[in-house]
Amino acid sequence: MANGTMKNNGLQYLPFENRIAQIDRKITDLREQAGITDNNASRIRLLQQDLTAELKRLYSNLTPWQVVQVSRHPQRPLFRDYLNLMIKDYRELHGDRCFGDDPAIVTAFGQIGREKVLIIGQEKGRDIKEKIACNFGCPNPEGYRKALAKMKLAEKFGLPVVTFIDTPGAYPGIGAEERGQAQAIAVNLREMSRLRVPIICIVIGEGGSGGALGIGVGDRMAILQYAYYSVISPEGCAGILWHDGTQADKAAQALCLTAPELKELGIVDTIIPEALGGAHRNLHDTVYNVEQYITRTLRDLKRMKIENLLENRYKKILAIGGSDQKVIKSRIEKPKIPKRLSVEAQLRDIEKIPIEKESTAGTPTRDND
Amino acid sequence: MVNKQTKTMAKVKPGWDGFSLKPKREMPEGLWIACPSCQNMLYKKSVEENLDICPECSHHFRIDGRKRIRQLADDGSFEEMGAELVSSDPLGFSAAGKNYAERIRSFSEKGQNEAILVGKAFIRGRGVMLSVMDFSFLGGSMGMVVGEKFCLAVEKAIEESLPLVVVSASGGARMHEGVVSLGQMAKTSAALARFDESRGLFISVLTDPTTGGVTASFAMLGDIIIAEPRALIGFAGPRTIYETIKIELPEGFQRSEFLLEHGFIDMIVHRRDLRSEIGRLIDYCGK
Ligand SMILES: [Zn+2]
Repeated sequence: MANGTMKNNGLQYLPFENRIAQIDRKITDLREQAGITDNNASRIRLLQQDLTAELKRLYSNLTPWQVVQVSRHPQRPLFRDYLNLMIKDYRELHGDRCFGDDPAIVTAFGQIGREKVLIIGQEKGRDIKEKIACNFGCPNPEGYRKALAKMKLAEKFGLPVVTFIDTPGAYPGIGAEERGQAQAIAVNLREMSRLRVPIICIVIGEGGSGGALGIGVGDRMAILQYAYYSVISPEGCAGILWHDGTQADKAAQALCLTAPELKELGIVDTIIPEALGGAHRNLHDTVYNVEQYITRTLRDLKRMKIENLLENRYKKILAIGGSDQKVIKSRIEKPKIPKRLSVEAQLRDIEKIPIEKESTAGTPTRDND
Repeated sequence: MVNKQTKTMAKVKPGWDGFSLKPKREMPEGLWIACPSCQNMLYKKSVEENLDICPECSHHFRIDGRKRIRQLADDGSFEEMGAELVSSDPLGFSAAGKNYAERIRSFSEKGQNEAILVGKAFIRGRGVMLSVMDFSFLGGSMGMVVGEKFCLAVEKAIEESLPLVVVSASGGARMHEGVVSLGQMAKTSAALARFDESRGLFISVLTDPTTGGVTASFAMLGDIIIAEPRALIGFAGPRTIYETIKIELPEGFQRSEFLLEHGFIDMIVHRRDLRSEIGRLIDYCGK
């Protein structure tokens, strides 16, 4: 109980989550009262139903700008969370053999399900010390070159490549320009288009422009439900259009950067559902969904002959903005939520769980790390 | 902050107004123009007769796509392809009173169809596939049509075993087409992978300015990379870099000479010598 309360207090809320914060606080207060009576046990149950309903209401109608905020939530699972939870015995590989080792791009051998893969991910860092070390997830050229060097290794030994994209963008710095940021990204685009092993790319948070694309060319492209992928940050776009970065909400609207819009545009193939209220509210469910997606997709891709795989990849890339490019429709389909994560299932779970134990539905279960 | 930055930029090069996506009015109406580099007042006609190079200081003025083709290709040899392609405005982009579809329409009414011109041509008698970017069309930005026409040129070059010559001038990806424009970086690079496998020769010519998504895709993938003198070439624009790091940018930062020094281009070629250099390089590669 004490542990659960701590977790609850630790959850951070976004500006549009006031009502959710209030309900969470009420639940916490009731739990903290000494001795649980039947009366406040049922009140907690009611509040939890309230919370779930409110989360559903709010999260099924997020504006694009709110989605961007969720994708940047300080407690959103980062690449290393996936790495640690999904892969038991991974081996991190360092260095671009040329200049250095960029902590903003992590490369590792690992096993997902039964499949041995090369896993590449952009890492933002959790606490401030890590964030500074990882340059807030903004890779330098050596990061892209490291990714490519390890991809060549994967190609040599026939390992599929899985990339996790989460970056505000490639770093715009003096050193990055001196060492050829543009050249490093360009070479990755060309080489990933012809790498002779399957490549799966997943946007798990921010898909910031060329910095994301630098590890984002492959056979399949997936995106988490509340992640975004854009040619320019909403703030940058607002700066150009209104000379005012605070109009980012309007820019986010115009850029079509949310998962359903990207699917409609044919840029992503699959939307991976997140837990109700965002990945940060239930890390394990989100990681599970990502793992299932990778296992399933690898099974499909590995069945294909390499020549067919490469031909399909080439056609897929060449089709972007090609003459048969679909014009985006005004009505956007909502992603399908698996039964396990449906609101009804979660409400039922709340009923089942005795009050003495920490509930897993509706309340955050992110591990403290 | 903006004022401070302008001051910093002024130190880098006198008279240079920082990087802007808006086309610079390098050739204002009237008989006389001021050179942005040496500040001399120049007789416009004499500059034009000099390949749009300042006779006093060799400053290379920005030129549009048609003019570039006239200067580079043998007279009347350019056979344009893909001129009919127009953006479908995939996002239905409209914000801040700017309607993308309308802007595209107003350009085509003026007879400018996109930020790239591609076609077969001859350079000093050697057959090439020539692609020329046009900075005066939405800052030379790369959208779906630029990507499509570029790939058309690559495919044709493979088919006819022609060397590919691309002259870049671009602010990067086209914001109005969102992630579809980002995808053009992958698309052009993938096409070049095929060209590479067919042992095609790709000469990439970088002119002022070449930044963002164009630099980070096809422009940096040349078998041979040439730059015009003092062209701005980089991934991030100098303004973005300054706003991120808040440190004064070094003298000559992101200019052709800087890229040569850091090993990212093969040579800097004066506009006057561009035709002969390209011809010579094609001969060396046996194409
Ligand atoms: Zn001059």
